[in-house]
Amino acid sequence: MTEQLTFGSWGGVFAPRQSVYAMRDRTATLPRTDGSVLPYGLGRSYGDSCLNDGNALIRARDLDRFMAFDPATGVLRCEAGVLLQEIVEFALPRGWFLPVTPGTKYVTVGGAIANDVHGKNHHRDGSIGHHVPRFEVLRSDGSRRECSADDEPGLYRATVGGLGLTGLITWAEIRLQKVAGPWITQRAVRFASLDEFFSLSEALERQHQYVVAWLDCSARRAPDARGILYAGDHAESPGALAAKQPFSFPFAPPFSLVSALTLRAFNALYYRLPRPSRVPCDSFFYPLDGIRNWNRMYGRRGFFQYQCVVPEGAAGRGALGAILSRIGASGQGSFLAVLKRFGAAPAVGMLSFPRPGTTLALDFPNRGGSTLELLASLDGVAVCAGGRVYPAKDARMSPQSFRAFYPEWEAFCAFVDPKFSSSFWRRVTGGAAMPLRHA
Amino acid sequence: MKVLIVGATSAIAEATARVWAARGDSLYLAARREALLQACAQDLRLRGASAVGFERFDVLEHAAHDAMLRRAADFLGGIDCALLAHGTLADQAGCASDPELAVREIELNGLSTAALVLRIAQRFKAQGKGSIAVITSVAGVRGRASNYVYGSAKALVSTLLSGLRQELHASGITVVDIRPGFVDTPMTASFAKGPLWASPARIARDIAAGIDRGSAVVYAPWFWKWIMLAIRHIPEFVFVRMKL
Repeated sequence: MTEQLTFGSWGGVFAPRQSVYAMRDRTATLPRTDGSVLPYGLGRSYGDSCLNDGNALIRARDLDRFMAFDPATGVLRCEAGVLLQEIVEFALPRGWFLPVTPGTKYVTVGGAIANDVHGKNHHRDGSIGHHVPRFEVLRSDGSRRECSADDEPGLYRATVGGLGLTGLITWAEIRLQKVAGPWITQRAVRFASLDEFFSLSEALERQHQYVVAWLDCSARRAPDARGILYAGDHAESPGALAAKQPFSFPFAPPFSLVSALTLRAFNALYYRLPRPSRVPCDSFFYPLDGIRNWNRMYGRRGFFQYQCVVPEGAAGRGALGAILSRIGASGQGSFLAVLKRFGAAPAVGMLSFPRPGTTLALDFPNRGGSTLELLASLDGVAVCAGGRVYPAKDARMSPQSFRAFYPEWEAFCAFVDPKFSSSFWRRVTGGAAMPLRHA
Repeated sequence: MKVLIVGATSAIAEATARVWAARGDSLYLAARREALLQACAQDLRLRGASAVGFERFDVLEHAAHDAMLRRAADFLGGIDCALLAHGTLADQAGCASDPELAVREIELNGLSTAALVLRIAQRFKAQGKGSIAVITSVAGVRGRASNYVYGSAKALVSTLLSGLRQELHASGITVVDIRPGFVDTPMTASFAKGPLWASPARIARDIAAGIDRGSAVVYAPWFWKWIMLAIRHIPEFVFVRMKL
């Protein structure tokens, strides 16, 4: 299977050409390809970390079988193409839930590990890498390496957050958490400045498993941006939920629907909406999954997501304020800005994104040069503060920034499979970057 | 329900097996690749199937058909439903330049299926009940330049099923002809995908529902019924000039 076609990424700013190879049997060897290969899950990475322009992808999504479940310990063993959504469907009726979940359940287990994804409970439970005690990596030399903290510890630490570059993850074990049912009890608290965010967030983190803030940067009051902190816990009471079909964005309009005007209106409305106290876990964890293909609202040129983390302390807080002022001054704002304090647990992976500090995530419609300049200047602030930018969201960081953000990158290189590569990897190691889409 | 699935490791068959597993049905899987069979069987048990048996089976070995059916019936305690989902997607250009390859494709997708369907029909006649469901294709409705070898094998099966349905109508045996359109499976991994493409899970829901209803012909998804109706009625002098 070697015909050329497009397998994209979520931000829609690239138009890659790749050949795609099926992989359905986890005991099979890797397909023989010309050039390099990269495992591809659901393509929910925003930039080029899930792309391999001019080379090959392995469609890992079809490795989607459950292998074993131990109801005593909650350890689930499954193939790496299983979706988090499928795990939730399997686990919730049995009284279990994901130990860590990102803001969408439409990602594969392999993709979640390869990006060491985090969720609203990072301050308490760490990232997904803390809950995958064991997995298998299939290398291009045909070897199968079972990795854990004790067996193949180097390859284990390289593969968690390793962006699919260390080989194909064929299966993994995930330690699920016990829950009473599908409901989350939720609190919402407003804040009117960054200082208030920090003091409120700290207090909420001590009491609640899940804490995250929504931030309105369009209000032109930066750095004293207003926002809402959400805190949640799994409800003690059981109960079933009705399934519903999500609305889908049917096509990408020729221009972006996200303008300064719609943004301010949305944010003002969102700030004032009352918050219910008990919500289904789907709407708590995956609000955007309710609208399939929401990325299309940014139009045909696509969008960037910028997610960085800056350390704790005065310098980090200063950097966060500076980043928010620059965004405010640029007028390029964002539909949804998310703010979250990470916990102190050291990350498992060599290239893991989470580190102690505060993470900020925002979307930017692709306006070409002006957007790239703004994001590069934000990188500069993050580098000076000792922070980092998330590769899963990135389409444009410089090799210099990457090396500053991820000092373990050289140790990581020793574990990269010689047949594996990605457009992101070539870009941040000094190769040519893929051109951005111009509509 | 007690279900035999032939070609059980194909993406569509596996997705359909998951629908049945979630209902707690018993399943017997027959397919060529043993490692994949094992992985599928373990997955279906975890998803709720009350029993899952499997065996390595090649539909081209006609002499092995009866023994496989016997083992399936023994394992399940009788067969309520047989789903035939095996097949290959022949490369049309390859078939056009190598007639022997074309014949092998017709043998696998057409003749072997016919032999197995008739053997299952004999069993069901003897037990006085049962449901035979076969995955054919919209490609069997009218021969098109892009895949007429594959299409003609499927047309053979569709015509056989039509006659069998008539013959068995009075005896309470249902015969379901399932015609999927474009499905996003490993078999089509390299194809560019448009809005007409459907996931195996979507097709699986349609298959399970069609078998429950005892439908004669199931287009999956439903809109292919109208697309194929239109294609069937295009006058030949127009059709020969089209690229389909």
